[in-house]
Amino acid sequence: MRAVLKTGRYLALFLLVCFFLMPVYALLVTALKDPASVSVVRMWELPSTFSLENFRIVWPDLQEGFVNSALLAVPASLISAMLGAANGFVLSKWRFPGADFAFPLILFGMFIPYQAILIPMYRTMQSANLVGGLDGLIIVHVIYGLPITTLIFRSYFTGLSDEVIEAAKVDGAGMLRTFFYVALPIAPPAFAVALIWQFTSAWNDFLFGVLLTSREFWPITVALNNIAGGQTVPFNQAMASALLASLPTLLVYVLLGRFFMRGLMAGALKG
Amino acid sequence: MRRTSSKARRRLRAWGPGLLLVSPSLILLGIFVYGFLGWNVRVSFTSWRGQTPVYDWVGTRNYSELFDNERFQIDVRNLAVFTFVFIGGSLLLGFLMAMLLEKGVRFEAFFRSVFLFPMAISFIATAIIWRWLLNNGSGESTAGLNKLFENIGLGFLFSDWHKTPSSWAIAAIALPAGWALSGYVMALFLAGLRAVPEELKEAARVDGAPERKVFWHVVRPMLLPVLMSAVVILAHISMKTFDLFYAIDQGNLRIDTPALYMWFTTFQPGFFARGATIATLLLFGIAAVIVPYIWWSVRTERRK
Repeated sequence: MRAVLKTGRYLALFLLVCFFLMPVYALLVTALKDPASVSVVRMWELPSTFSLENFRIVWPDLQEGFVNSALLAVPASLISAMLGAANGFVLSKWRFPGADFAFPLILFGMFIPYQAILIPMYRTMQSANLVGGLDGLIIVHVIYGLPITTLIFRSYFTGLSDEVIEAAKVDGAGMLRTFFYVALPIAPPAFAVALIWQFTSAWNDFLFGVLLTSREFWPITVALNNIAGGQTVPFNQAMASALLASLPTLLVYVLLGRFFMRGLMAGALKG
Repeated sequence: MRRTSSKARRRLRAWGPGLLLVSPSLILLGIFVYGFLGWNVRVSFTSWRGQTPVYDWVGTRNYSELFDNERFQIDVRNLAVFTFVFIGGSLLLGFLMAMLLEKGVRFEAFFRSVFLFPMAISFIATAIIWRWLLNNGSGESTAGLNKLFENIGLGFLFSDWHKTPSSWAIAAIALPAGWALSGYVMALFLAGLRAVPEELKEAARVDGAPERKVFWHVVRPMLLPVLMSAVVILAHISMKTFDLFYAIDQGNLRIDTPALYMWFTTFQPGFFARGATIATLLLFGIAAVIVPYIWWSVRTERRK
């Protein structure tokens, strides 16, 4: 009976793995096929020839988006992580009167439907001359990233014992000194979580990118949708583009999955 | 009098630097979240159409027009169908995966990674892969999942997916959405299951309770908060998601939702007032699930 249960469990897990990897299989075998031998009706067949030709064809169209997304996601995640660290520290260890009131208000910002700020945000960016390039998009990603980075650091610093803070106070250290010399040195794990989360959301964002940038500054998602979103684009090119566009975040996930998982928990307010 | 002012000064010295450090963020969020939300609500009471803003006052006309609007009615029904199938499916799948992994299996880290990796991929890339899998060609041009079904002898599962004329067409999109997010549900449940103290379960077992009773009376009540988190997170995602639908089949009204309608009506023909009205309704829909959730989370934290 036990053995049957155990076999059943592994069988179920195997079927689930098949379900989750099935799109990846289709993606890989298609992207690696010789363009001449690609056909949608044969998408499940293994390639008889191996070729990187598809990537060569689509890369020139994706290259710019790739660079734009890197130029946007790196500063956006760095800045919002730093601001989030400061906010998280103050809201957990240097609570000013009203801090407990401010925190839920900050949190709400990460759940709002962005449609409900789109029109005012677009008008504001327009009048500030920030539509078209990457600057405006970076600013928007930093600001709307603040709630989650604040939450990540606040949960992290809550675990820091109050005695350490008190000791620093007794030694005459002010808020800034305590933040820089006591809190920040122990914060690298929280930085990893916040940076990974922010990098992934900025890289994967479409709505802000498509609204705020002009063609030459399109982030990768907008470029990808433009290349591979049409019904007329060859199947193999669509798959190769989707694969290339997803590589950076997949790489981050594979290498730093542990921190990614913690970001997920924070996103559900389960710091 | 002097005492209070020196007290105020002391308070300022104590809290001032902290307040100063967070004030840029608070001000920015104040403007970009609350200011803009309010502004958007204001736009929903105007007749603004076209590129020049108009700030007149038409009362609730946009709302009553929207409720009579056929496309909006379809969108709301679509959203209801999608939310139901997407949440139900993701919860079942996520819970199943968590239960399978809970007792510890070999290669657990591998399984977890496989179930979660779609979360690292953009909805645009997800949509581009799945639009080819949800192909509805038949006969000679059978492709995608239907072809796979045919290959493994499950041809009777053939489906037109989101292209079927049925009003359930949008349910097909729950497949890529669930593929992307059920791993998240699994992670939540797995954390919840593992937070149940072993002693509690052991105590029940010592009292002679069979495993299913241990689960029902000890584990299940402790999972309710997790279930609630998962439902709230999935519900708000289903209301605001735009790019997944957009990239799978742009312009297919069978998979149209309020979030898409807002985009198309605002930024293509320039019906800003109508777009703002849809967005306001979305905001209230999401606030209805999120505000109690935040309130509850903050309160639970304070009790600890």
